Amino acid sequence: MKALDVLGLKKSFGGVTAVEDLTFSVEEFETVGIIGPNGAGKTTLFNLITGLYRPDSGKVLFFGQNLHGVPSFRLAHLGISRTFQNLRLFNSLTVLQNITAPMLGMHGYGIAPAIFRTHRYRATERAADKKGRMLLDFFSLSGKEEQLASSLPYGDQRRLELARALSIEPRLLLIDEPGAGMNPREIQDLLRTLRQVKEHFRLTIVVIEHQMGLIMNLSDRVMAMDFGEKIAEGTPSDVKKDRKVIEAYLGEELVC
Amino acid sequence: MNFFGSARRFLISSAIAYVILKALFLSGFLTGYVQQIILSSFIVILTSLGLNVIYGYTGQFSLGHAGFYGIGAYAAAFLGVHFKIDSVIAFIPVLFAGGAAAALIGFIVGVPILRLRDDFLAIATLGFGILVRVLLDNSDKFIEVLGGSRGFIGIPKLVNIDLVIGTTVFLLLITRNLIFSRYGLFWQCIKDDELASMVFGINSARMKLMAFTYGCFLAGIGGALYAYLYSFLHPSNFDFLKSIDFLIIVIVGGMGSITGTICVGFLWMAIIEGLRIALPPQVLELRWVLIPLMLIAVMMWKPYGFFARRESRLLGLGKES
Amino acid sequence: MELLSYLLQQLINGLQLGAVYALIALGYTMVYGVLRLINFAHGDIFMFGAFTAYYLISKWDVPIYLVFPITMAVTGLLGFLIEKIAYRPLRSAPRISLLITAVGVSLFLEYFLSLNSLFTPNYIGFPRPFEVTGYDLSLFTLTNVQLIIFAVTLFSLALLYLLIYKTKYGRAMRALSHDQEVASLMGIHVDGIISFTFVVGAALAGLGGILYAFAYPQINVFMGIMPGIKSFIAAVLGGIGIIHGAVLGGIIIGVSEVFVSAFLSSTLRDGVIFFILFLVLLLKPSGIFGKRIDKV
Repeated sequence: MKALDVLGLKKSFGGVTAVEDLTFSVEEFETVGIIGPNGAGKTTLFNLITGLYRPDSGKVLFFGQNLHGVPSFRLAHLGISRTFQNLRLFNSLTVLQNITAPMLGMHGYGIAPAIFRTHRYRATERAADKKGRMLLDFFSLSGKEEQLASSLPYGDQRRLELARALSIEPRLLLIDEPGAGMNPREIQDLLRTLRQVKEHFRLTIVVIEHQMGLIMNLSDRVMAMDFGEKIAEGTPSDVKKDRKVIEAYLGEELVC
Repeated sequence: MNFFGSARRFLISSAIAYVILKALFLSGFLTGYVQQIILSSFIVILTSLGLNVIYGYTGQFSLGHAGFYGIGAYAAAFLGVHFKIDSVIAFIPVLFAGGAAAALIGFIVGVPILRLRDDFLAIATLGFGILVRVLLDNSDKFIEVLGGSRGFIGIPKLVNIDLVIGTTVFLLLITRNLIFSRYGLFWQCIKDDELASMVFGINSARMKLMAFTYGCFLAGIGGALYAYLYSFLHPSNFDFLKSIDFLIIVIVGGMGSITGTICVGFLWMAIIEGLRIALPPQVLELRWVLIPLMLIAVMMWKPYGFFARRESRLLGLGKES
Repeated sequence: MELLSYLLQQLINGLQLGAVYALIALGYTMVYGVLRLINFAHGDIFMFGAFTAYYLISKWDVPIYLVFPITMAVTGLLGFLIEKIAYRPLRSAPRISLLITAVGVSLFLEYFLSLNSLFTPNYIGFPRPFEVTGYDLSLFTLTNVQLIIFAVTLFSLALLYLLIYKTKYGRAMRALSHDQEVASLMGIHVDGIISFTFVVGAALAGLGGILYAFAYPQINVFMGIMPGIKSFIAAVLGGIGIIHGAVLGGIIIGVSEVFVSAFLSSTLRDGVIFFILFLVLLLKPSGIFGKRIDKV
């Protein structure tokens, strides 16, 4: 069974078609990259998959299950997670709390244990705390647990965003433009981190990225989009050479 | 079960406060009027705490909190008068019923209106608060004894310092435990970014409703205590201005700070009543000219409130380690 | 025939009230449009207009054709001062602090004017500078007060439309209400236009105060609270931030209020207004003329 099946997905806003008859699939444990110029519909695609937008037509299947009508908050429990391009951290919470909050959403305790501070409460909190610290350590954020998320430097915030996405132990991880606004050295660090994530966590990854170099070195397969449509699909080297892809990027900065 | 152990410091500081106040009350050093003001402060703090949960933590802008305060007051008063209770023991279930009534209405109202965006939620709660006031004014047309715009008289005076402080401390402890549990965490996530909360598995609609219902419960308890402290209820005590009172305490105290609510709660009552005592009769009417000016000044000086997000370790209100 | 006559009469009465609500609602909607602020002190500016007119007529015997412009200038100035002194410093503060400040301004205005050295907390009889006469139009009666209200309101609305749609200030206001950041990048003097918006809104509220006092000649420092809230609901009903929404909303609320009072009961009057509000918020929060927000 495929991890993700997108079938004939279509979405328009007003008169503008953001995504047009899109069909593709992702095997479990694959890393698929989605590239395309700005406005190609990549983030819209993510929003459609994660239930933030409702598609005009078409469907999304997650391990065979139709995601139509599934409320947003339930997707995490199914095993779907994502990062946001513009970072949507919980700014008034600490770094650690940004990680433990989603964890406690997945496995928690009831109201009575919370109020009466039962053993279950303390054990669950302790477990989340421990796991959270380990996860932060993986992302080189140790020592910053008690800082407010909003006080972190930008690079750390990006890593925290990624760490938070992994805190719910997802089966499918959607990463939205992780390299946006980074300089070449930061991109190398990012690439290394993402490779470590691939190795360490057993999951399926779909990455949206503008930057060719990142995608090419990370993905098993690549899909290219332009004007809401799929224009190419295949191995990274194939897609890179595809004429339609090169045309789409003409006039855009080609970062290899 | 670690209910009391985890709150050692808080319970100790509360016990000290109780002992001091009880001694003052018994000594006859304080007039009946001052005693009533002090007890009233606890009630106001408890009710404001409810609003702090709704707004300070969860970010749901409610301008109708006094409506739930009033529902609790009238419900408890009606039950007590109807069943002719005359002892503190009999009052306890009535007290709880007042809170439950407010919570129930809060739940029913919350389901539809918590979907609204903040400005519209403000308007909706404002409207609800005024609706409650209108209903209270006309209440004698439904149930005679509620008194309508004449007021509800004849409520037995069953509230004393033990009950007020006991209830306040108990509910404060429960609230604090909730806030420092995963539920408080969820509430703050929702306040920061509701969309992101949902993406990471938090059922924001349910959590908002929970915060709202609980906050209304606290308001209802406060109202019930108020009814049995003053023995008289009038709809004008439960209008928009009263909702503003609670909101001022929450905002000036600092959103999301229990300590702030407590301190500013006492401060607010002290200022209002203090000015009443301090100002000579000729300029007494200046009271309500000075108070809004002070309010404006404070907002300019500390737009985030005095205790924004900080809790007092001394009083044991912070997260236990 | 009796019923038709009664209905028409109540309709006229409703339009009279609705005109005043529309004038007040315009101020709310314009300020919300540019600042996303619910100006809680707006109802008290309406009250201030009534009191200014009272003062001019009873203490200074000012002729009626001067009372209007002077009062509107005074309330306009008040609006300007409130924005400059109380709201502008808090522009970057959380919205809630601004709201509390607005409440503070509202309370201050009410209690300041209630001081016995100024006016009084009691009701004051408003001296209409003319005799009330009615014109019998077989089906209903039209009073000169109503004629004045309709004429003045229509005239003001016409001027307002000219201002908003035909002048550069109006264009700037509209630009600001769409996107403040871009508007300032386009060279629009944001602070100036915001002040201007407040002045216009306040002047209209002041005008509403005079007309209201003509119709119901008992004024009181707290008279602005309920009309303020109702006008605000009217603005929401029509679509907050939308000019013609405020006008339509005001008319609907005014007519509803009078009809409920006449046909059902006057005690239910205010309750119905809030019932309308809840309906709007539940069905279409953006109001009658508002855009549908495609929220998932």
